Amino acid sequence: MGVIVEAENKSSSILEEAPAWDASEFPDWYREMQESAWEAARALPLPRAKNEPWRFANLKQVAAVGDYVAAPPVDEETARELVARSRMLDTSEHRGKLVFANETLVHDERPDEDGGLICASLAEAVTTHGQRLQEYFMTQEATLGSEKFALLHKSRTRSGLFLYVPAGMELTLPIEVYHYVAGHCASIFPHTLIVTGENAKVTVVDYYQSASEDEAGLSCGVVDLVAGQGSQIRYVACQNLSTRSANIHISSTLASADADVKSLQLQLGSAWSRTESVSHLSGKGANSDMLSVAVPAAGQEVDQRTLQHHAEAHTTSDLLYKNALSDRSRSVFAGLIMVDEGAHYTDAYQTCRNLLLSDDAEANAMPGLEINADQVKCSHGSTSGPITDEEIFYFKARGIPAETAKQLITFGFTAEVLAKLEQPAIEALLSRLVEAKFEKLA
Amino acid sequence: MSIDIRDLHARIDDQEIIKGLNLTLPKGEVHAIMGPNGSGKSTLAKVLSGHEDYEVTNGSVSMDGEDLLELEADERSRAGLFLAFQYPHEIPGVSNANFIRAALQARLPEGEELDAVGFYKELYAAMDALEMDRKFTGRAVNEGFSGGEKKRNEILQMAMLKPVYAILDETDSGLDIDALRIVSKGVNAMRSQDRGILVITHYQRLLDYIVPDHVHVMKDGKIIRSGDKNLALELEERGYDWLSEESAA
Ligand SMILES: Nc1ncnc2c1ncn2[C@@H]1O[C@H](COP(=O)(O)OP(=O)(O)OP(=O)(O)O)[C@@H](O)[C@H]1O
Ligand SMILES: [Mg+2]
Repeated sequence: MGVIVEAENKSSSILEEAPAWDASEFPDWYREMQESAWEAARALPLPRAKNEPWRFANLKQVAAVGDYVAAPPVDEETARELVARSRMLDTSEHRGKLVFANETLVHDERPDEDGGLICASLAEAVTTHGQRLQEYFMTQEATLGSEKFALLHKSRTRSGLFLYVPAGMELTLPIEVYHYVAGHCASIFPHTLIVTGENAKVTVVDYYQSASEDEAGLSCGVVDLVAGQGSQIRYVACQNLSTRSANIHISSTLASADADVKSLQLQLGSAWSRTESVSHLSGKGANSDMLSVAVPAAGQEVDQRTLQHHAEAHTTSDLLYKNALSDRSRSVFAGLIMVDEGAHYTDAYQTCRNLLLSDDAEANAMPGLEINADQVKCSHGSTSGPITDEEIFYFKARGIPAETAKQLITFGFTAEVLAKLEQPAIEALLSRLVEAKFEKLA
Repeated sequence: MSIDIRDLHARIDDQEIIKGLNLTLPKGEVHAIMGPNGSGKSTLAKVLSGHEDYEVTNGSVSMDGEDLLELEADERSRAGLFLAFQYPHEIPGVSNANFIRAALQARLPEGEELDAVGFYKELYAAMDALEMDRKFTGRAVNEGFSGGEKKRNEILQMAMLKPVYAILDETDSGLDIDALRIVSKGVNAMRSQDRGILVITHYQRLLDYIVPDHVHVMKDGKIIRSGDKNLALELEERGYDWLSEESAA
């Protein structure tokens, strides 16, 4: 994408200009926290090629983060139009829906805050649930390379969801949150914080989208999932920004004893998408499934960094990342399984599969293991390859044309991951989105 | 109406495997091909079904008068040719039901949708006839199937696609005794005046179940002997060596 902003805009770059904090909008603690985050972000250099977490990364795209500016407010008509467009799941299939346009809440439909439930936009929670929020807000530091971007996020974020599900409460239907970025070179910093009490259950879907396919925007999001004992979190990040956009997504899962978290990243849009996902398994019986599907095409790039950190004995994690790469697209996967001393009886799996649909596509995979405990079952593996002629021949021998065969194989390749979420309505929705992208390619 | 193979020569990687083969498979008949390992039986099956790794250097193949060699593999299949593979390929991620459905859909005119309810009804009936568990509809095509399950799955596809001509490449290998009986029953149910079937096998036993009208012996890329079903019995007893001695003489 290269330099996308006129030179005169350079001064208002989100990397150069301090955020415009409105003293009346947020309480002191929040503003002070943002101010010090800004100072800290300023003090850190942009990532460089020699930094290990940025091996194989496209540093031009990293530098281009400086081309983005603060998002302007959206006008009412745009807001209305974006809300009208926000219909991924049927009304009968969700429990709530929040829509943010350039970080302003423009649609607000959520469960009542009964029985200790907190389901609020971040801006509201800062004021009305400050204490609860402070307890969990960005307590997980980014460690996979995007420290600067995490601080930048912290200094600017004002939108997204704070969801606190008290012990025993089960929200069976998902809560949907739409994050739109509108305007050329606009940037948004959507935040998602989900905290579950003992044995609580919840499902949340974040959609990251552009108001216009013609505009380049930046989404720099942070997601923290804090799963209490025996609780269950299902989380989906569905990124479908315009293909000129950039996406940075920093997520962490903290799973207590017997907590079960499944999170899935679906990468459809943006020119460049950097995702950093960490799971900390911190209590006996904790499990985290980390799933991802990306279908980059044209010159799109996905850059994926993961950590499965087993801090306690008898914990499990299972990572499955699949990329189906068309045209000149590119993927980077770097994953590490880290088993602490004493984290015996860990079961940890890590698989990255790349399906190369074109000779010009490029996949880089760097799986890793660091085991400091005994009685551990760990495996990691990555595969990269095209659809084989023998596979195609089997289809053709049944009368199915090669093009249809490729679509079915590719679709099947991604479907396996989507099915692991075990959420039929969401699975069907994500399948449709993947299918729509393939149709656009064909 | 028949498949007619005349003086067929085919090679792979500059190695000639089929060396002047003649064979006629008329509708309404079952023919068996037997022959030693490496004689080119599977190669013949793949050449007929249009595998692109093989190059036909000479000869002709027609199917009901149509030049088969002019058609792409998928066109041959849609024209009514079926191959049950000796080693069926595994297709991860594509369910058996969706695969067969796509094959049937490919046979419909543009814009016409396969009737899903009717499809499943027919699929379940075919699976029941082959005593296949329903769980095989949802499983990925051949993935993790046992050897025998894969072979049964090939016959399921044949039953669903109802080809005019079918080539079964060692469908009996890997089947247990009961499965052999069930699968043979499935094949026999498909015997008809409107269908020609070519079974490739090493074992005379199969031919007790699927009784052929003609038996051919293939060796070194050619048919070197043809006869009735008694030829298979003779081969069982004497092996193949006496044939090459005779033909050399
Ligand atoms: N790519 C290749 N290059 C060279 N030779 C090949 C190639 N593929 C197959 N062949 C050879 O062609 C010959 C015929 O193989 P084919 O599989 O047709 O035999 P077959 O009669 O089916 O044997 P079987 O009874 O063991 O199934 C074999 O000698 C085999 O090694
Ligand atoms: Mg063979």
